[in-house]
Amino acid sequence: MGMETESQFHVLAVDDSLFDRKMIERLLQKSSCQVTTVDSGSKALEFLGLRVDDEDPNVLSTSPHIHQEVEINLIITDYCMPGMTGYDLLKKVKESAAFKSIPVVIMSSENVPARISRCLEEGAEEFFLKPVKLADLTKLKPHMMKTKLKKESEKPAKEEESEVSKPEIKEEEDPSVIEILPLHQELESEKLEPLMSGGNKRKAMEEVISTDRSRPKYNDITTSV
Amino acid sequence: MDTLIAQLQRQFRDYTISLYHQGFLDDQFTELKKLQDECSPDFVAEVVTLFFEDCEKLISNMARALDQTGNVDFKLVGSSVHQLKGSSSSVGAKRVKGLCVTLKECCDSQNFEGCVRCLQQVDIEYKTLKAKLQDLFNLEQQIVQAGGRIPQVDI
Repeated sequence: MGMETESQFHVLAVDDSLFDRKMIERLLQKSSCQVTTVDSGSKALEFLGLRVDDEDPNVLSTSPHIHQEVEINLIITDYCMPGMTGYDLLKKVKESAAFKSIPVVIMSSENVPARISRCLEEGAEEFFLKPVKLADLTKLKPHMMKTKLKKESEKPAKEEESEVSKPEIKEEEDPSVIEILPLHQELESEKLEPLMSGGNKRKAMEEVISTDRSRPKYNDITTSV
Repeated sequence: MDTLIAQLQRQFRDYTISLYHQGFLDDQFTELKKLQDECSPDFVAEVVTLFFEDCEKLISNMARALDQTGNVDFKLVGSSVHQLKGSSSSVGAKRVKGLCVTLKECCDSQNFEGCVRCLQQVDIEYKTLKAKLQDLFNLEQQIVQAGGRIPQVDI
């Protein structure tokens, strides 16, 4: 275990298959992300700190019992899961005031166009067909950068001339278009500049912004770096 | 004169290539190898082991379901083969995956005979692949033990 607290993107991966969890975990680690895996939508919501009302499952509230200090930059979930599907989870996240800004990506082994468009319409950033490849994960960084930028811009200590974060994605936006975002090092000098070319972009993505973060411990949930 | 290491490396290379050419493995296996590194040095072996465990469990479930003469739960068979199709696809087990596709079709059309035949083939196929990958891993071990590097094989 390293002594320094490295601030990386933290992804919550949801899949009922142990095999698939192992795959997505390694893929994300290899892409320099911190990963927490859970095996169901309801555990995902628990981890986020959303409590599902026992009486009315449509009512979600932030649990007073779980103090969530984990900052999740992205949720990646399987579509086909028993109980709560990935689509259901997507809806619940997007309906929650606290977490709707977290980008959600859906994975599926089946190429069903109607399913894909339904997910994208509901607010999913991407839809990956399984088996997910390393190259697919490069599409995630821009979405995760957005949440980091938003957090940075909300910090009172920083001087800001204007809002750093980009405006909300429009519903009809073409999901294959990835927004160009400034690099974090540009952020520190408080200037906005377009992303550098391929090689530098990768290097910059792997640099860290240090923030303090503590991690609560949970059963049935694995977090790995 | 070839050193032992060079001989082993050549064997490894040839064997790997043959597995791809004979359709046992596909691109996805190459993707798996990309995920193995110093942080996760046994990743491929771990995933492959998980896969074969899955095969055993799911095939056994399906066999049991198909054994219930007159009352076959095709839904169960369908969901099991769906899972197996997924993991075989993720691992690059090309032949196994192909057979799963056929099995799924038999299941969807509730073709009992077809399901039974197909399942037998899936069973044979995964065991064949298991033996071949074991041979491949053994070759890797031998190379490492002889002090050599495992060659990168470009298909």
